[in-house]
Amino acid sequence: MAERSFAKEVEKLRLGDGEEFAGEGILAITKALLQCGVGYVGGYQGAPISHLMDVLADAQDILGELGVHFEASASEATATAMLAASVHYPIRGAATFKSTVGTNVASDALANLASGGVTGGALIIVGEDYGEGSSIMQERSHAFAMKSQVWLLDPRPNLPSIVKAVEDGFELSEASNTPVMLQVRIRCCHVHGKFTAKDNVRPAMTVADALEQPRRDTGRIVLPPASFLHEKEKVAKRWPAAVDFIRSRNINEFFGPEHGAIGIVCQGGMYNAVIRALQRLGLADAYGETDVPLYVLNAVYPLIDDEFLSFCEGKDAVLVVEEGQPNYIEQAFAAMLHKAGRGTRLVGKEYLPMAGEYTGQVMLDGLGDFLRTEAPLLLSAEIRAPNKTGQGEEIPDISKVVPGRPPGFCIGCPERPIFAATKLVEQELGPHHIASDIGCHLFSIMPPFDLGATTMGYGLGPASASAFNSPDAKRRSISFVGDGGFWHNGLTSSIGNAVFNKNDGVIVIVDNFYSAATGGQDILSSRADNRTKATKHPITKAVEGMGVKWLRHIDRTYDVGKMRATLKEALTTDEKGPKVIVASSECMLNRQRREKPLVNKAINEGQRIVKPKFGVDEDICTGDHACMRLSGCPSLSVKSLDDPLRDDPVAHIDQTCVGCGNCGEVADAAVLCPSFYRADVVHNPGRWDRFADRMRSAVIGFLQRRRESRRLVFADA
Amino acid sequence: MLEKTSSSPAEGKAGDGGMIKLAILAVGGQGGGVLSDWIVDVAERNGYLAQSTSVAGVAQRTGATIYYIEMCPDLKLGAGRLPVFALSPSQGDVDILIAAELMEAGRAIMRGFVTPEKTTLIASSHRIAAVSEKIEPGDGRASSAKVRETAELASKRFIAFDMEKIAVENGSMISASLLGALAGSGVLPFPRASYEQTVAASGRGVKQSLAAFAGGFEVAQGRAAHPAHPVVPGGPQDKAAEHSPVRSATAAAGQTRPAGGGPAVAGPDRLVDGWRHLSARLDRLPEEVRDMARLGLRKVVDYQDEAYGREYLDLLEQAVERECAAHGYALSIAAAKHLANALCYDDMIRVADLKTRSTRGARVRREVGVKADAILQTTEYFHPRVEEFCGTLPARLGCYIEDRPKLAAFIDRRINRGRRIRTDSFSGFAMLWLIGGMRRWRRSLLRHKVEQAHMRRWYQLALDTVAEDHALAVEILNTRRLIKGYSDTHVRAQSKFDRVLSALPMLKGRPDAADWLRRLREAALKDEKGDMLDGALKTVATLGDQVA
Repeated sequence: MAERSFAKEVEKLRLGDGEEFAGEGILAITKALLQCGVGYVGGYQGAPISHLMDVLADAQDILGELGVHFEASASEATATAMLAASVHYPIRGAATFKSTVGTNVASDALANLASGGVTGGALIIVGEDYGEGSSIMQERSHAFAMKSQVWLLDPRPNLPSIVKAVEDGFELSEASNTPVMLQVRIRCCHVHGKFTAKDNVRPAMTVADALEQPRRDTGRIVLPPASFLHEKEKVAKRWPAAVDFIRSRNINEFFGPEHGAIGIVCQGGMYNAVIRALQRLGLADAYGETDVPLYVLNAVYPLIDDEFLSFCEGKDAVLVVEEGQPNYIEQAFAAMLHKAGRGTRLVGKEYLPMAGEYTGQVMLDGLGDFLRTEAPLLLSAEIRAPNKTGQGEEIPDISKVVPGRPPGFCIGCPERPIFAATKLVEQELGPHHIASDIGCHLFSIMPPFDLGATTMGYGLGPASASAFNSPDAKRRSISFVGDGGFWHNGLTSSIGNAVFNKNDGVIVIVDNFYSAATGGQDILSSRADNRTKATKHPITKAVEGMGVKWLRHIDRTYDVGKMRATLKEALTTDEKGPKVIVASSECMLNRQRREKPLVNKAINEGQRIVKPKFGVDEDICTGDHACMRLSGCPSLSVKSLDDPLRDDPVAHIDQTCVGCGNCGEVADAAVLCPSFYRADVVHNPGRWDRFADRMRSAVIGFLQRRRESRRLVFADA
Repeated sequence: MLEKTSSSPAEGKAGDGGMIKLAILAVGGQGGGVLSDWIVDVAERNGYLAQSTSVAGVAQRTGATIYYIEMCPDLKLGAGRLPVFALSPSQGDVDILIAAELMEAGRAIMRGFVTPEKTTLIASSHRIAAVSEKIEPGDGRASSAKVRETAELASKRFIAFDMEKIAVENGSMISASLLGALAGSGVLPFPRASYEQTVAASGRGVKQSLAAFAGGFEVAQGRAAHPAHPVVPGGPQDKAAEHSPVRSATAAAGQTRPAGGGPAVAGPDRLVDGWRHLSARLDRLPEEVRDMARLGLRKVVDYQDEAYGREYLDLLEQAVERECAAHGYALSIAAAKHLANALCYDDMIRVADLKTRSTRGARVRREVGVKADAILQTTEYFHPRVEEFCGTLPARLGCYIEDRPKLAAFIDRRINRGRRIRTDSFSGFAMLWLIGGMRRWRRSLLRHKVEQAHMRRWYQLALDTVAEDHALAVEILNTRRLIKGYSDTHVRAQSKFDRVLSALPMLKGRPDAADWLRRLREAALKDEKGDMLDGALKTVATLGDQVA
């Protein structure tokens, strides 16, 4: 069960000819795939393309009716390898994943796919997680297209354009027997817009048909001598075919006046930002009518020499707007102009930053400088030489005041106690080298835990600690890997490797029942029933199967004491080989999403339900905040008392608490203080509950009255 | 509708067709997505073209998130052409900025999304403390006041009130009260009804959402009173609270004290008479000292008994005698405050006493929000160690054990483990009730002897310093703020306290001695282990050299 239910969105996939589709960019792509008669789709979830996977997962019925095969691939490599179905058969296939991380994983399969080439259209939709909010290293997918010679589309960021790009992509792929990458940036994936839908198309050949009539063509298999021919074929046949298609179908677009002394070339994805900058410079209107000649590259690889050269015709200077580095496009254009002996001056990274996201301000500054230098007469006087507005200076700098707010563990997250226990163990045994992995558990890097030294890739946590295996060392390394990373490739690359190389380190597998960081998709070890997937395959069995001898399973991570004891044992035992701890508790975000409605329903129906919540006795809390240094839970915060005798704010638990138990467990395990209490509210108590409660309160009330009648009792004390 | 737009905030900008740019900064999990969907829906209901974008992914896991919306009237109706909307906000080009939390408003200002020429800033004034603010042993909270002042300067119009409160009171989410504030601000050219239609169409929790919407709307229109801002004395919002306790003392005493002099007390006549005598002694204290002293006295009597209250006043009067009005009684006020805290040390007896009072049960029911027909079960978390055990033994016996490590370790092995006690059960409650009853023997117990000795050393140190350096004496008293926590945390606090006072020999005789001691105390409150403090102490050590 994914984090979100897409029942509503799924219905949009049924829209027919002429109807209006309104929704998220990534869902528009999903609909476009079905309109293009795709035969199979695979991929690996991750922002910003998770919703594509989630919707298709919820759309089994529609896919069934159309004879489309959908697969939640084990990894991006699996998804790309799946496109092999389009090598010999005229079936359209699509794979999708987060880039560049996913493209890195996929590149082995991608290179082989690209070498042999394809018969059916093969489309790889890469969601670029670049710039603000990105959780990954900042690189370009462009390089992958160049080195494997697959074509790269980068459409303008609006729904009609990206839908068209999907259609073009399949045709381009078929016309040039080459897989095509469709690049969509994160904000484009999450943009809400509209486009006019078409009917879904049943694939001309389904995977079932293909299975019935197998084909093979040794000319398409990556093996000498064919592989040498593939390399030649890429440049001799596929490239020219691609160039012809892109030119003849006007994939790239021209805007603004025919002629002009200057011009701007931009990636399709940059178009809106360029227009906005021109608007603010007074050179474009709301609808993109502009006074500056624009050449918009919806296909950024391959580039079309004569298209570009004719655009440069009669222009003194042309600015290339290319986000990220290296600036492959700018370099290629510069070479074209040089070889053609043209005088047009090509500029790009002189005016725009070499690295980093091209935000609105960056674009405004860059284009502004370019125009002021190269075409000042285009600009109105105040923009050409703006009067400094004094306003800015008066506003004080509050960057020292406003605290940073990095992402962290959710309320009641089952991973929090794991790291609380780790911190307690380190207080006892001293600091260790800790290798982290990709996933929510990576938040351990940040306060209050400050645990973890490196992150080397999905499922590679333990692998990244493999060097730290020395008989001379007294201490062991600790490495973390999530269940998502474990199944992605951790089982072999990390666990298998540790067993084979007799690594003595400690490996903690954080099992929260989902691929949680990507939106709570099911994986092999998920506990949920899944209509179309095989779940409930225990991680412990897989680890044993890999040959791990020292294995502990903690089935309730909130038991901080047990967690700490187990970690300590793992770090100190004489047992050789990897010590693996599987720490399992369900992702609280997904658990609440599933249980909350059920619990409330049960309460309203009058069933007996016990709901836990934690609290703090403010007169017992001394305001030392030791508990928060072992938690960081959003629901556990500080609160001022209006008591002049007390200087520091005390701990307070707000109504968002889900009663996970971490506070009490930590207070106990770390011997903090007795301020915490757990309040279990019994809704719709039974007859016995009420009787027992009456009895108890009678006695308790008596004792309280007795004592309070013999002491001074202050009002509101 | 269109005329209205031309008077919209986006008026007069070159060629943007009256485009309105709206950004939402929220904390992950606050429902910023819902809000932006609502706003787009409202815009479309009013014949506008709109586009929203966000950056999802792990950024939404309790981190700062941003949603961005652009909208404009459809000027080329039927032309089938869409305006070119940007996908992210630009500095100096945002008409409306909605911040779902005060520091996020600050972040928006920092990022340049709020400008005096054009931005209407709508912010909820409540705080969600960031982890960095919570983990300081002292008070690490950022200054809301600074952000509010800056917001006034930075924005064209600043609308701020506690929208979280309104949402919670109406059983809804802040997205609803924020939408209400947006509608109420009138900055968008859309009628109230269209907002309400949108909320109604959204399906879930409509009644509560509409109520929260109305709440936000009314306040933004200035028709309802602003919910109080959470700027409380004690926070760094007003450090003054620490330096001139008089102000905050009177301020807060005003709240804790019902009209008609001393706090309302109930109890046996004998005790009430005793309290009257104590109050009479209070009233003989200088006016400036009285408020703090009254709170202190009350705390001490509530903690132990009236005799303890007399001890408190005896001690306090020593400070008063040594001081004259010239100093505004700063020493006496500090003494009134910190003596009370020192006398009311946190031992097992106090914890047990507090957890078994009838008022406590009532408070828990209130805080947890237990409905009348529901039953409350309360579990307490205790983890006694041999230290606490000995502390609650008669002094001689306690010392006897502590002097014998083997024996102490033996006992520790038996009692040192987590104990969860159900105070709603008879046995659990009775156990704590009995421990709380040990109050009457407290004076003879080991912990009391230790605390008394420590208190007297510290207090005498301050009194002996008054003559030569009044301000320094006050700071010595204020150092008491460092003592807090239980078990290890308490031990760490003690060591910080000692380390700070260890600087006295180096400081005495310096004109700025008091300042330095205050700096040391503030440094000690910055981190858990006291690394900042050690750094500060090194600096102090070098001071001497400079003098020489």
